Amino acid sequence: MSSSSAPLSASLHGTRSAVKRFVLLKSEGFGNGMRTPAIRVPEEKKNSMSGAKGKFSESFMKVVFLLAACVSILCVLLICLFLFSNGLPAIGKIGPVAFLTGMEWRPGSELYGIAPMIVGSLYVTAGAIVTGVPLGVLTAVFMAEFCPKRLYGVLSPAIALLAGVPSILYGFFGLVVMVPFVREVFGGSGKSLLTASILLGIMILPTITSVSEAAIRAVPRSSYEGALALGATHERSVFFAVLPAARSGILAGVVLGIGRSIGETMAVIMVAGNQVLIPESLVRGARTLTANIVLEMGYAADLHREALIGTALVLFVFILILNTSMALSIGRKVP
Amino acid sequence: MDKLIVDKLNLYYGANHALRDIGMAIPAREVTALIGPSGCGKSTFLRTLNRMNDLVEGCRIEGKVTLDGEDIYAEETDVSVLRKRVGMVFQKPTPFAMSVYDNIAFGPRTHGIRARVKLDAIIEKSLRDAAIWDEIKDRLNENALSLSGGQQQRMCIARALAVSPEVLLMDEPTSALDPISTSRIEDLVAELKKEYTIVIVTHNMQQAARISDRTAFFFLGEMIEYDATEKIFSLPDDKRTENYITGRFG
Ligand SMILES: Nc1ncnc2c1ncn2[C@@H]1O[C@H](COP(=O)(O)OP(=O)(O)O)[C@@H](O)[C@H]1O
Ligand SMILES: [Mg+2]
Repeated sequence: MSSSSAPLSASLHGTRSAVKRFVLLKSEGFGNGMRTPAIRVPEEKKNSMSGAKGKFSESFMKVVFLLAACVSILCVLLICLFLFSNGLPAIGKIGPVAFLTGMEWRPGSELYGIAPMIVGSLYVTAGAIVTGVPLGVLTAVFMAEFCPKRLYGVLSPAIALLAGVPSILYGFFGLVVMVPFVREVFGGSGKSLLTASILLGIMILPTITSVSEAAIRAVPRSSYEGALALGATHERSVFFAVLPAARSGILAGVVLGIGRSIGETMAVIMVAGNQVLIPESLVRGARTLTANIVLEMGYAADLHREALIGTALVLFVFILILNTSMALSIGRKVP
Repeated sequence: MDKLIVDKLNLYYGANHALRDIGMAIPAREVTALIGPSGCGKSTFLRTLNRMNDLVEGCRIEGKVTLDGEDIYAEETDVSVLRKRVGMVFQKPTPFAMSVYDNIAFGPRTHGIRARVKLDAIIEKSLRDAAIWDEIKDRLNENALSLSGGQQQRMCIARALAVSPEVLLMDEPTSALDPISTSRIEDLVAELKKEYTIVIVTHNMQQAARISDRTAFFFLGEMIEYDATEKIFSLPDDKRTENYITGRFG
């Protein structure tokens, strides 16, 4: 179980810091001198009085920082090593094609095809994007540009809280409130792709909102004023001058949201039904890669166990692709 | 003929009395320069002419500003139409994060022009008027942020021209530019005044002398002196104007 969540959270943290770096970068790039940078006194000059002792503590601190950084790199490397060394042989034994495109997952009969789970993960994530992204981005626009101060004082902590709610609680909420609702309104058992999508959409909402809000706020006011000066209304200036300037930051938020929803486990298991079948409609159940691992890791042995680690490897590769493509698109975007 | 008439204009930023009893008649199709030391209220004054100060919280305005005889602070004034008629170019270029084409088309689209043919024509004319067509006609689909600073500023002028304003307000439009771009924009101003009324804030005395017909000297929120540029720069009435022009302060 821990084997599945560790790589995910590690890679998510990677994405998050990439976004921070990126938002900073953007705000400087667009800065156009809106802020006049404070004159900085060079560090060396300030410390010149302390002499050799200062030098020593400085280089000592550098080593400490370096070690701290090495720990995180080491973690990533170890996770990679673990996943590849345990997952690849299993995939080899099963056969990569049979593993990735096989429609049957029946450990009892030595059938290990994870195609339904791959599709399940993709569907659920797509559903989360469809529900979470528009809501999240619009919320961010509202918070940054339309929200009265008083309301902001309520809304902002509420969204922060939403981000901090443990996923098991989301899962309970989904199970107790949303599943019956979906059953009543749309039919089926209620544990479905639709339920999971909406629930995940809510879960990625705070991520998308906070990253997008930061991106919108990082756009220099001059863009907004420039649009107003052409006779545009507040709304038009916000949506057509400010938002385009924030779009790569918003995209980063969306990518983070995708990362979170593809890796989400607990909440999804509780509402998705978990059938190993490619769902034929929105109200049918689906099983994600993460769910597959958690549901079976407890009792799996031998090749079955290794196949689950192979599943984790596939998940990891997904996250890797996501991060890499974001890093590339950021690299390209800087004007 | 006077395009803009300002009468007993007082402006407060909270308790800060930033403009005091300004009265001024700005003639059509001339270049009027506003000079004065930093913080004397030039930008503030300029921004009262297209109501950009409406955005500033705690800003209070008294007095009257008329455009062709209409009170721009009247209840029934449509600010969007006012800003279409009175365009503005800022100190720093303010390109939008989109293509050059979409930048220029922003204003016309705001005011309801959608037809591609029409937009194409407007964009070409504005870029020509801003003397930048030949330079960037092949780069219309590039992101405006990839232009140089001087090109961005002229593109912003073109963007302002694209809504066919009557008045163009320019707030130190060359202070962030290199000398070559600066002289391009000065030439441009001389060309534009045939069609537009121009009010330009400048820190640069030579620039005011070169390009303006009339000059107003601001000091500590007051308009000290306003006259033909030649007169201001040769025989100012007020001692403070003379001191400023000869570089004794500010
Ligand atoms: N948005 C604002 N809010 C409050 N005070 C302002 C604002 N803008 C300018 N001021 C004040 O108004 C005065 C005039 O400023 P400004 O018009 O920018 O001068 P100038 O353009 O001549 O340098 C200054 O004292 C300045 O601090
Ligand atoms: Mg100014």
